[in-house]
Amino acid sequence: MSTAGEVPAFFKSMGSDSPARPRQKFCGMFCPVEGSSDSKTLDFDALSACRGKSDGRVIDRQTDISQPRKVEIRESTGKEALQNLDDRRSDRLLIKGGKIVNDDQSFCADIYMEDGVIKQIGENLIVPGGVKTIDAHGRMLMPGGIDVHTRFQMPDRGMMSADDFYQGTKAALAGGTTMIIDHVVPEPGVSLISAFEQWREWADSKSCCDYSLHIDITEWHKGIQEEMEALVKDHGVNSFLVYLAYKDIFQLTDAQVYEVFSVIRDLGAIAQVHAENGDIVAEEQRKILEQGITGPEGHVLSRPEEVEAEAVNRSVTVANQTNCPLYVTKVMSKSAADVIAQARKKGTVVYGEPITASLGTDGSHYWSKNWAKAAAYVTSPPLSPDPTTPDYLNSLLSCGDLQVTGSAHCPFNTAQRAVGKDDFSLIPEGVNGTEERMSVIWDKCVVTGKMDENQFVAVTSTNAAKIFNLYPRKGRIAVGSDADLVLWDPDLTKIISAKSHISAVEYNIFEGTEVRGGPLVVISQGKIVLEEGNLHTTEGSGRYVARKPFPDYVYKRIKARSRLAELRGVPRGLYDGPVCEVSVTPKTMTPASSAKTSPAKQPNQPVRNLHQSGFSLSGAQVDDNIPRRNTQRIVAPPGGRANITSLG
Amino acid sequence: MSYQGKKNIPKITSDRLLIKGGRIVNDDQSFHADIYMEDGLIKQIGDNLIVPGGVKTIEANGKMVIPGGIDIHTHFQMPYRGTTTVDDFAQGSKAALAGGTTMIVDHVIPEPGSSLIEAYDQWRQWADEKACCDYSLHVDITHWNDSIKQEVDNLIKEKGVNSFQVYMAYKDYYQMSNSELYEVFTFLAERGGIAQVHAENGEIIAEEQARMLQMGITGPEGHVLSRPEELEAEAVFRAITIASQTNCPLYVTRVMSKSAADIISQARKKGNVVFGEPITASLGTDGTHYWSKNWAKAASFVTSPPLSPDPTTPDYLNTLLSSGDLSVTGSAHCTFSVSQKAIGKDDFTQIPEGVNGVEERMTLIWDKAVTTGKMDENMFVAVTSTNAAKILNLYPRKGRVAVGSDADLVIWDTDSICTITAKTHNSAAEYNVFEGMELRGAPLVVICQGKIILEDGNLHVTSGVGRFIPCSAFPDYAYKRVKARKQLAVLRAVPRGMYDGPVSEFSMSRGGTPSASARTSPTKQPVRNLHQSGFSLAGPPTPDDVPIRPAGRRIVVPPGGRSNITSLS
Repeated sequence: MSTAGEVPAFFKSMGSDSPARPRQKFCGMFCPVEGSSDSKTLDFDALSACRGKSDGRVIDRQTDISQPRKVEIRESTGKEALQNLDDRRSDRLLIKGGKIVNDDQSFCADIYMEDGVIKQIGENLIVPGGVKTIDAHGRMLMPGGIDVHTRFQMPDRGMMSADDFYQGTKAALAGGTTMIIDHVVPEPGVSLISAFEQWREWADSKSCCDYSLHIDITEWHKGIQEEMEALVKDHGVNSFLVYLAYKDIFQLTDAQVYEVFSVIRDLGAIAQVHAENGDIVAEEQRKILEQGITGPEGHVLSRPEEVEAEAVNRSVTVANQTNCPLYVTKVMSKSAADVIAQARKKGTVVYGEPITASLGTDGSHYWSKNWAKAAAYVTSPPLSPDPTTPDYLNSLLSCGDLQVTGSAHCPFNTAQRAVGKDDFSLIPEGVNGTEERMSVIWDKCVVTGKMDENQFVAVTSTNAAKIFNLYPRKGRIAVGSDADLVLWDPDLTKIISAKSHISAVEYNIFEGTEVRGGPLVVISQGKIVLEEGNLHTTEGSGRYVARKPFPDYVYKRIKARSRLAELRGVPRGLYDGPVCEVSVTPKTMTPASSAKTSPAKQPNQPVRNLHQSGFSLSGAQVDDNIPRRNTQRIVAPPGGRANITSLG
Repeated sequence: MSYQGKKNIPKITSDRLLIKGGRIVNDDQSFHADIYMEDGLIKQIGDNLIVPGGVKTIEANGKMVIPGGIDIHTHFQMPYRGTTTVDDFAQGSKAALAGGTTMIVDHVIPEPGSSLIEAYDQWRQWADEKACCDYSLHVDITHWNDSIKQEVDNLIKEKGVNSFQVYMAYKDYYQMSNSELYEVFTFLAERGGIAQVHAENGEIIAEEQARMLQMGITGPEGHVLSRPEELEAEAVFRAITIASQTNCPLYVTRVMSKSAADIISQARKKGNVVFGEPITASLGTDGTHYWSKNWAKAASFVTSPPLSPDPTTPDYLNTLLSSGDLSVTGSAHCTFSVSQKAIGKDDFTQIPEGVNGVEERMTLIWDKAVTTGKMDENMFVAVTSTNAAKILNLYPRKGRVAVGSDADLVIWDTDSICTITAKTHNSAAEYNVFEGMELRGAPLVVICQGKIILEDGNLHVTSGVGRFIPCSAFPDYAYKRVKARKQLAVLRAVPRGMYDGPVSEFSMSRGGTPSASARTSPTKQPVRNLHQSGFSLAGPPTPDDVPIRPAGRRIVVPPGGRSNITSLS
């Protein structure tokens, strides 16, 4: 990877523009040329007339795609006049001769879709005339990707991440991803619902593909709990993220996390966690700055992977106690992935989400001499400096120990990163990856034989749809599902470069990586958005997809366990022997005070069940030969310990 | 047993002792030799020793002579809300000696807010008055600030304490935050102390306790239900992470569950300097008794972390102890009478915590681990005595039968069988958690400070003869590795030119994620090390095809990534 030498070109144009604005790029057709988004809707008349004509704008891009294999898109123009369908015909699409790849099987069939929904699947379909037809020539047709973790347009200290919902979703579509789930990050002190509405407003006006929203819980009090209920019941949110890092800002204590998880379980949502031990990170940051290390390498030195694994382990423990499904965002290191894999073997309902960056690159770049380049890799948890990490995570993804993939796409441009030029702890965090996600996974996992195409569909789309209760509307090619499809070309080869990517940032952390496999045609909401390397996106066409609570994939097990997890006391007589006099010290307060601070709990005074004390013992018993546990039902039987603990 | 020479030599000669025909068992080897001791020290070891006349001779008849046990964790005479545990230093150390333990290490527990040194002096006073065997002290750090830091320093340098315990449980009382743990560990690593940790997640325990009480579970079973073993394992994992970050040797007290033990053994395999201490109770019994219908019996098992209800736990822990994954054994002997336990008769969270075990420790390990073939007699010596002496930096004065070592010896009878019961034990408690267990192996003769304490089943103890044994800092056993790592762990910045491109406007109001944490840390002031930025680049930075690892620079963190750093970009 010796591209760093070429990249500093951006420095020349830097500073000539307002730093707050994303820098314009002048290379390739995917640059956000001003005004270029005005007419991005499909113009099929133009296409049928001059198809194949590059209209002079494809420059770099064509060299990346080694002679794209022809996909024939025909349009029967004969009957459309009769049917008077001019205005709607792009809603009807027929894909012929594709190999349909779902997570469970692959088979050859034609697909007919209308109004953004798949209407028929099979051979020799009877379809209306005037339907646009794509001939797939036996290539793979998969459910469009779902990027479960994006942070488009994310505010950070008055700045905003470089890709807004338009730019970000456009990049997603270009990579074969037809749905994104973004994170709403309410400022502490701001209501969750108003933050949610703010994000809805941003996304509705700009998003080019369907989207949904996770809500981050950045503080904890009674009001938040009510808002969470409202979000689940009225706004179609079923996932909430808590932070174990970012001390004094977003970080919650273990007790708060316990309460949040309890609430989440009762609501039937998914608990997501940003897993890093914020206390230790804060100490390490201080130590490392004291040592005079201020560059981006300090970021990774202050956040060693053990600290990530520790927090994953802790959140798994809390989730087990509360019987709450857990979802670990951004699995960046071997040890964190190992903790998840182990927990799954012990029966915990936990899901791990590696991201494009952790699957595709490593943290050795933090030591780059080029500050801007090193800073471009700054994200939390950091990329692991161990270069074998990506391979390891890809293996775990392939065997099912990790289930879903996101991108955590949250890039900042160099001027924004430079906020932390003298102190790594101020560098805004986030890397790119939404566009590269599908191709990177195909290249690292399918080409290498780690996983097959079905597992590829599972980890890029289906599992995400199942976990977040979008299945089978999303994540599957089936009659009635949304017409979000990707025609995948396993032979496409492409060199990733900031020059040709869609994102607005100057650096691409995968710069120079050659990946095999890429989307040839992307269909979102039944419309062709990518064909022959041309993107046709419509700003604001993305719909908000509401999600219901209690996804079966996750909650079937949780529900069964809550039924079992009933605890009973042992019926005993009242102790009426001598009792030592004691002075009341703070020790008495231990459980009580925490209960007081917890908004979620209204501790009752423990009431003795008098029905169960039929006999009484007097005095101290020297020994008891009474057989233990003769009648009472014990939910924590000796030997069944492992079960009990996971039942919270 | 006979006297050489005249039969009626006064008792004073008991300072001179000869053990003939014994098989000396150390942690590394066993061999036959005679031992001669005088003035509380072992003076000679060998065959056909030349000894003065009038020496009391013990005929060992080929039986094992082992170093006296060291119980590394006791709570004698511990104050608890105005009362104290029923076994004071006299009663407790008597029980210890009866079981073949010739040294105990007690925990000093200062009330949060009070001085460590004062508490230490108090414990010294109690123990000096009453202890029948040598003792040493751990000091528990129950809160943390600069003056405590001074006191810790003082205790290490002048008071002979090298181990300090912190609590991750007992929320709002003893519990420390992760940041405090980090600071304590950092400090101890500098001063050569051992960080001991009571590992349980107190935050979640508090939540679970509230939930149990809410459900109407008030009996001792609530104690174990609210403290599932996962919380223990979680805290062990966290403590190891922090210790590893701070490069501090870690000692986990009271390993009670399989999962906690597993975490320790995994960490040791990864190279962490961590020691695990199972206790007599976790090696010998399980937590099924919490469901006993007899409240008093159930309550007598209450300790934290609780005994695991999984009945296969003791066997598992014995196996790990035998394989060396767990290093030392204590008893955490902390006994309360039934009426004291009854403080919590309506609320399990109020039950004073602690079990017996100081007397049963050696016998129980012999029975569970040696007679079953899990470990040999040398390993037995290691886990009951030698390893503890090494960690406390008392080796080879304690923990070894060698010339110059203290004359703390036990002649071990592998064939004796006894049944443990509260009726015959030396503790003052009414209950024994091992009640009714039949155990093989017991001390036949116990010699402490060169004096015969136990012979023919008769115990002859003297209150107040126990000496305080100061422990010095930087025990080799723990610190050799830590020191080597410290030398390696120098972090260097990457020398780069100053970034002089455009910088976005930003508001600090939002308290940029990490910056606020930086603000709260008092000492941090990011200063650019100007030595390392001797050059400044104007315009575009150098392409980084220059090897970025300058000569002599060591990078510690990238594990396995080292070679790659040079090759990257």
